[in-house]
Order: sequence, then C-alpha cells, then structure tokens
Amino acid sequence: MSYGLAAIAVLWTFLFGYLIIASIDFGAGFFSFYSVLTGHENKIHNIIQRYLSPVWEVTNVFLIFFVVGLVAFFPDAAYYYGTALLVPGSLATVLLALRGAYYAYNTYGHHKEHNKIYMAVYGATGLLIPAALSTILAISEGGIIYESEGKVGLSWVNFFMNPYTWSVILLALVSVLYISAMFLCYYADRAGDTAAFHVVRGYALMWSGPTIAASLLAFFQINRQNPEHFQSMLNMSWMFIASFVCFLLAVYLVWKRERLGLSFIFVILQFAFAWYGYGRSHLPYILYKQISVNESITNDTMAVAMISAFVLGLLVLIPSLILLLKLFLFNANYVQGEPAKRR
Amino acid sequence: MMSSLDPVLMSRILTAVTLFVHIVLATIGVGIPVMLALAEWRGIRTGDMHYTLLARRWARGYVITVAVGVVTGTAIGLQLSLLWPTFMRVAGKAIALPLFMETFAFFVEAIFLGIYLYTWDRFKSKYTHLLLLIPVAIGSSASAFFITSMNAFMNQPQGFEWVNGVFTNVNPFIAMMNPATPSKVAHVLASAYTTSAAALASIAAYSLLRGSKHVYFKKALKLTVISTFVFAIATITIGDFSGKFLAKFQPEKLAAMEWHFDTMTEAPLIYGGVLDENNDIKYALKIPYALSILAGNRPNTEVIGLNEFPEDERPPLMIHYFFDLKVTNGVLLVLIPLLYMFRRKLPGKKPYPKWLLIAILALGPSAMVAIWLGWFLAEIGRQPWIVRGYMKVAEAATTSPSVGWMLVLFILLYLVLTVSAVKVLSRLFRNKNAEEELKQLGWDEQGGRES
Repeated sequence: MSYGLAAIAVLWTFLFGYLIIASIDFGAGFFSFYSVLTGHENKIHNIIQRYLSPVWEVTNVFLIFFVVGLVAFFPDAAYYYGTALLVPGSLATVLLALRGAYYAYNTYGHHKEHNKIYMAVYGATGLLIPAALSTILAISEGGIIYESEGKVGLSWVNFFMNPYTWSVILLALVSVLYISAMFLCYYADRAGDTAAFHVVRGYALMWSGPTIAASLLAFFQINRQNPEHFQSMLNMSWMFIASFVCFLLAVYLVWKRERLGLSFIFVILQFAFAWYGYGRSHLPYILYKQISVNESITNDTMAVAMISAFVLGLLVLIPSLILLLKLFLFNANYVQGEPAKRR
Repeated sequence: MMSSLDPVLMSRILTAVTLFVHIVLATIGVGIPVMLALAEWRGIRTGDMHYTLLARRWARGYVITVAVGVVTGTAIGLQLSLLWPTFMRVAGKAIALPLFMETFAFFVEAIFLGIYLYTWDRFKSKYTHLLLLIPVAIGSSASAFFITSMNAFMNQPQGFEWVNGVFTNVNPFIAMMNPATPSKVAHVLASAYTTSAAALASIAAYSLLRGSKHVYFKKALKLTVISTFVFAIATITIGDFSGKFLAKFQPEKLAAMEWHFDTMTEAPLIYGGVLDENNDIKYALKIPYALSILAGNRPNTEVIGLNEFPEDERPPLMIHYFFDLKVTNGVLLVLIPLLYMFRRKLPGKKPYPKWLLIAILALGPSAMVAIWLGWFLAEIGRQPWIVRGYMKVAEAATTSPSVGWMLVLFILLYLVLTVSAVKVLSRLFRNKNAEEELKQLGWDEQGGRES
C-alpha cells in the first residue's frame, strides 16, 4: 500500500466518523426544533439533550482532523481547495461557529427556558451545514474548480447549474435525518422512554424511503457528471448492493421494534459500504484530474512521521473515547437520567 | 469596492482578527485547568469546601470559553488553508506534523474536559475527579506546544533542503525542534498560566469591590494573586531567555524592537521615545549597557544593529512600542501582587483597601493586553517573511478577490459571539451568586468543612 493510499484511507475513515456522529447531532438539532414547533417537545427534548451534552465537542474535532490531515498529507489540496473554496468554506465555518457557540450558551448558560433564537439557529444550521459541506463532494468530481493563468477559481455557474450538486445536497439532508432518527430510536429504547421512542421511530421510518430514493438519484447523476467514476463504481457494485441489504435489515428491525442496537449497527454498515465504495471508486483522484493520491502526497519522511504520529495518537485516543462512551452513552443510569447530577 | 482590495492585506487582517479573538480563548484554555487543579486539590486536601466551590464555579465559566474557543479554533484551522493556500502547500511539506498532532492533543483535552464537567459527584474517591484534569492540562499544553513549534519554524526554519522552491529531504522532528521552539513554548505556556490566574484574580477583586464580604472571595483572591505572582516571575525569566535567543538567532527582530541601528558593544536599552526622519531617537529613556546585558549577560556583548540588514528585510519599527508596553505590563503583573502580599505592612488600616482591589482588578486586562502585544511583536517582528529567509508573506496569500467580504462576515461573527458570550457569562454568575450557592449547599460555615 502506498503512503498516499494509506493516508487517504485514514482520512476517509475520520470523515466517515464525522458523517455518523455529526449526522446524529445535526438531525437531533432539527428534530428538537421541529418538536417545539409541533408540540412534541416534552416527549423527545430531554433525551436529545442528554445525549448531546457530553459529546458535542468531540464532533467538531473529527472534521478538523480531516481537514488538517488532508492538507498535511496532500499539500496540493490546500492550494486548490483552499483557494477555490474561500467563500463557501468561510460560510460553512460561520455556520459551524454559530451552531457550536449557541449550543454552549444554551446548555451551559444559566437559564432553562428554550430560547427561540437559539432553537432556530440550532435547527437551521443542522440542515444548512450538511448541505454546505456535502457540496465539496460534488466539487471533487471535477469541472467546477478551474485553473487559468496560474490562478485557481471556482465556477459558480457550473456549481449551481449542475444537477449532481443538488442531488448530493438532497442526499445529505435526508441521510442526516435518517441516521439521526435511527440512532435516537436506539437511545430512547435504552433509556426506556416509550413516548420518545414512539415519536422517533415514526421519524426513522418516515425518512427511510427518501434516503434510498435520494441515494439512487445521486448514484445515477454521477454518470452524467463523471462517467469514468461511474464506471468504476459499477466495477465494485457489490459494495452498493451490500449497503442496500444493510438498509433493509436496519429498517426491518426498527419496524419490528426489535434489537435496536443491532439495527443501528446495520445503519452504520449501510453508510460504510456506500461511503467506502464511493471513495474507493473515486481514487486515485482527490479532486478529479487535479489532485491525485499518488502525485500530490507529501514527501516520504513527512508521510511516515505523520502515519506514526497517527498510530500513537490512536493508542491514546481510542481508550479515551471508550471511556467517554462507557460513562455516558452506554451507562444505563446516565442514559436514564438518574444519578450523575450535573455540575 | 471590496473586491478591488489587495487580497494579501485582507488575508493578513482577517487572520489577525480571528487570532485576536482566538488567542484570548486559547490562553484561558491552556491556563485555567492548572488553576482548577490548584483550587480543587486545595479543597480536597484541607477539606475546605470553599475551594471546591471555587473550582466548580470556575469550571462552569470555563466550559463556555472552551466552547467558543473550539469555534474560533475551527475558524483559524480552516482559514490557514483558505487564506494561505500557497503557504500551506509549500511549508506543509516541512511543518505539517505538529499541526496534525495538535488535533490529537485537542481531542484528548476535549474528551476529558467533557468527562470532568459531568462527573463532579460520580466517583467514590474525590481524587479520581481531580486526576481527570491531568489529561486536560496535558492536552491543552501539548496543543500550545505543537502550534507554537509551528510558529517557531516560521521564525527559524530548519530541517530540510530548499530545492527550486520546494522543501525536500525533510526531517520533521528537526523542523519542529528548531532553536526558537524552547523559549517560545516556555514563554507561551508561562504567560497563559499568568493570564488565567490574573483574570481569575480580577473576578475575585470585582466581587470584593462590589461589597461582598464573604471569606470565600478573600480565599479566591489569595490563591489567584499569589499564583499570578509566581507565574509572572516565571514568564519574565523566560522572556529574558527569549531576548538572548533573538540576539543570537534573529538579530533583526531584536534590533527593530529596541531601535538599535548600529552594531556595537555596551549597547543601551531604549524605553519609549519617538524617531525623527533621520531615525534619531528623541525623548526616550536610555538605560546604559542594558541591551547588551539583555542580549548576552555582559555589558561588552556586541549587539547587531538594524543597519546590517537590507531595507526590505527589516521589520516595522513600531514593534518597539509593543515591546515596551508588554514589558511594562509584565512588571505590573509582579508589582501589584507584591503590594497585595505586603498589604499588612502598608500604611492604612484596612486589609483590603479599595485602591489595591482596583489594582488587582486591572491584573487580568493588563495580562491579556500583554499577550496581544507579545503576539503582535512576534508576528510583525517577522515581517516581511512568513517563513524567514524563504517565503515572504506577499507570496503566500490567496489570490481570491473575495477576501474583503469574508473579512466583513467574520468581523460580524466575532462581534455576535463575543457580545453573547459576555452576556451569557455575566448572567451565569449573577443569577446564582457564590454566597447563595454556599448557603444552598450548606457549605457556608467558616472554613466550610463538610459534615
């Protein structure tokens, strides 16, 4: 395995981690907001808050890790993506900033009523951020970032007039709601909160159909945008079929109200197959025809140093994450909100 | 209009604006865990619940500053690539390692801070909860180390060969461990501890000035002011090493800081003053031999002057004022705590005279101003280089015409975030003041020992 391939595999895995954890967070924000609007607030708000509180900080770090790792391993990425994405990247940063800050103000500040502005910011950014970030996947297919006279730029016309861009945004939005609802089913069930479970199960089933529809739409739009990529996706079509099978199993279990932990594992597998299938078929390009994993990889000593640092980092990180999950996510008392007083 | 502005200048201003906000939060982020540990440890050891409450209340405010710090840290993390794509493309080949490792350090800090905040009453032994601060402090201090080593590299690049504009044959560890790293990292850490202690001292002084008489605040004042004193002495000592380092490795920076034009021995130190059109210094306080002593501990040390450098490679001369003001603030951070420690020997009957409390109130702001000035000094003192001797700032910035608009956008963002953070923090502490909370918890007795 070349260094470039090893690096992108690691980074892709972190981005996958972000996809799952952030989707839960983004969707939960939206459902919180929606539940206030529809008067289901009392039923699901608490469970969402209890999950989010200790975990939110960790979410952002996954994204930063990916961005920093990408430019560290592939310095050309900083040059092309950095120059072209100044405006969309800054807008996404502002949205992330507002979301993070207002979440903290509301959670750690000293007032218990649900501030309407906060709820709106939190709900809206829950959809806008995934929409904004997902467009980078569309841009990576090529044809939108151009280079002329030594300057890099972004073609806004190609960006907005492109049906593939919109199909990716659509897929991102419904996936966020689906992943989040599927997770909350599991979490509500563990907490023994029947009323909340009933509500989030409805959400989960409601968003399952659109998720598959949007996936298929995006899948076939790639053919129009980048036939070469589409062809290599077909060559590994078993991954996408496996993804679909996992989807069916996950939804079946939620439908039957059985083994919800297993059901969420199938959700993770569903997205993992699709994510790695998409990523693998995208190779060797990180940005179609401009950045490739083989040519843009940094020098060997830096790559070796960073891969070693990564392995050492994981040795510290994984036990810490397990501790966090054990104390909060998988601790039945905490999940049910019993002891563990705050502060 | 906005799009005709020079992208290089706009990128510099936007980076500066982001860091202006972030440096406050990052400094507090590095320093407060140490203060939390001091207070909580004292609380456990003496059984004095006042210290425990102190740690709890600080932690409650701290989490908000960390949250906003994560946000501004995300912004600067992304802006490095968005505003300085060419710098990242070129320098990334030599110095990406610490940037990459910083995310791990922060990850560890974030995880353990999350656990710390939610587990005050969850463990049987109180020391278990205290021990959670160790990974928090290590994580935040390691973050500071990694980021500062990257900045040090920009001042003292080494560990590579420069072939046709590309860093090749790189040794990432030698790049990280460049000559600027030790003094810079030590100075950053010590000043962060000083500033955090000073900021907490200001809060305690503020409560006493508002008329609270509770012993809780007096204990808080003692812990924080004495910590400020100790950390400030350490910061100044390390600052002296930095002067000697500059004299040896980056003489043009020291020369510009000191308005030192001609190479000479027995060089005087210039404090304040103005320059006329011939670069003659007027109205300044001159301390004979002091610059030579600063540079090499002996009056006959030769200090290289600015005239030895080509004009387009000299840092702006205004950094002299940043340096002088910074040192002035540093001295105040030692003197005011000294006055506090000898307050009983001073004339007057009150142990907490108003003027002393006002002076302590000024500790936090003056420490913060010193941090800003030190950072201006470090960055502007490196001009015109972004990587000294290899790449100039003008070559490193984005070519995008939209930076001006992004500057407006981010200024608005930081204004909104800052105003709401101040509102949330003040409401947090006003709605539940310490005296009420002590009563509620039943810790109000003198010494507040737990029954």
